[in-house]
Amino acid sequence: MINTQDILQTMQMIREEHFDIRTITLGINLLPCASEDVKRTAERVYDKITKTAEHLVRTGEDIEKEFGIPIVNKRIAVTPVSMIAQGDPVPIAFALDRAAKQVGVNFLGGYTALMQKGATDSDERLIQSIPQVMSETDLICSSVNIASTRAGINMNAVREMGHIIRRTAELTRDRDSLGCAKLVVFANAVEDNPFMAGAFVGPGEPETVINVGVSGPGVVKNALEQIKGEPFDVVAETIKRTAFKITRVGQLVAREASSRLNIPFGIVDLSLAPTPARGDSVAQILEEMGLESVGGPGTTAALALLNDAVKKGGVMASNHVGGLSGAFIPVSEDAGMIKAAASGKLSLEKLEAMTAVCSVGLDMIAIPGDTDAVTISGIIADEAAIGIINQKTTAVRVIPAIGKQAGDTVNFGGLLGHAPVMPVSRVSCESFIARGGRIPAPLNSLKN
Amino acid sequence: MKKALISVSGADTTGIIARVATKLYEMNINILDISQTILSGCFTMMMVVDLEGADRDFSGVAEALQPIGDMLHMEIHLQRMDIFDAMHRI
Repeated sequence: MINTQDILQTMQMIREEHFDIRTITLGINLLPCASEDVKRTAERVYDKITKTAEHLVRTGEDIEKEFGIPIVNKRIAVTPVSMIAQGDPVPIAFALDRAAKQVGVNFLGGYTALMQKGATDSDERLIQSIPQVMSETDLICSSVNIASTRAGINMNAVREMGHIIRRTAELTRDRDSLGCAKLVVFANAVEDNPFMAGAFVGPGEPETVINVGVSGPGVVKNALEQIKGEPFDVVAETIKRTAFKITRVGQLVAREASSRLNIPFGIVDLSLAPTPARGDSVAQILEEMGLESVGGPGTTAALALLNDAVKKGGVMASNHVGGLSGAFIPVSEDAGMIKAAASGKLSLEKLEAMTAVCSVGLDMIAIPGDTDAVTISGIIADEAAIGIINQKTTAVRVIPAIGKQAGDTVNFGGLLGHAPVMPVSRVSCESFIARGGRIPAPLNSLKN
Repeated sequence: MKKALISVSGADTTGIIARVATKLYEMNINILDISQTILSGCFTMMMVVDLEGADRDFSGVAEALQPIGDMLHMEIHLQRMDIFDAMHRI
């Protein structure tokens, strides 16, 4: 009955290779909370969240103890606030922040506007309030969808978000511009993402839903250490087997949380999410494949293989896979990325190429504090173009580090990590961004 | 059946199985299987038990086992078997 090898392998993965469940995220529909009076809406939002999520953190901790697997984050995602706010959305943001603190989650996502084709009045008010909300709340995460394969790119929104990101950075300059770490700009945003900063509950989701994100870059790296020099067929197979095991635990935890909370199970997100902890790095997996450093030639190919093999292994292990599902490459949250960026071996341009083959985009990248808004908009437009043409999610979460230059370091603490400020091209795109309008939806045939 | 794994690891000493088994008997917990090995240089004893007839809940059992770990100067963990089955069985 005891298969010692199997049990020991599981124990080693958890105790020595940082395998964990990254997040249990409870999605809550807030549409019924909408009212003409914003104060009333805010009260209803607070009541609904504190009631629905009352047992979330406790249940997560119980599962953690009984199964012996760390569940790092318990989080909440809600309906995009722009869909329930009639008038000033800021009181709703404060209600969300209070509710999140009351139930003890570590982040709440959904201060969101979906404006891939155009903005409603409510979307406009919401995005204008983002800098204030990011600076005056602690746990609220914000996301804005500015492009999709079906709608094209809303270049007016792209232009505006350059300014919003800058203003957010300035308002939180005393905290290394931390506000921008909680703000992400998407193309093809998904409705069931359990990861922050981009989690929200899309209009196609049920009343409440449990989504789970797994992790385990350390486990994959360790598995590859056992097959040094073997051909890529063996590499892919090894990653698939490892991803299968990781995802099975995610599925188990999701099912258990769903049944204990009596809330339907949504999806398991197959993302490999690094942390700044030693040995929990996606970059180091790529280096284990044979690269001297992430960022050099071969990086994109290595990442493509990793991303694809993780999905292939994970899909069979779960009833429902969704969310972002791919390897994450956040610079500040990955020791290998930090090292490569700090030594100049990893550039913003190479990171952009990498986002074409993995989830999810230019993530947690500190840029010089004097980078102007149009340059940020240009970066967003490029990333959105990769997303809509390749029918995948892409995102930009850059942090203009106010008062700092390339080579300096910003420190966000905890899971958000620290990052070297990376140089950005100074070639102007001002006239390009000034045009505004929409880049039309791309053709989905004649694919070359 | 509610299967769980008890793992005890640290420096090998006398009376590990005896002490754990005595405590389990007091809580009316049946032992299904026992194995021991060396993990990363540490002696590790693994015991599969059935918590079905136990006189207390999961966390009660985990708490009751803790003093034995302290007494033996070893790490003692109780976890449900489901996680191993999920990971290694299709």
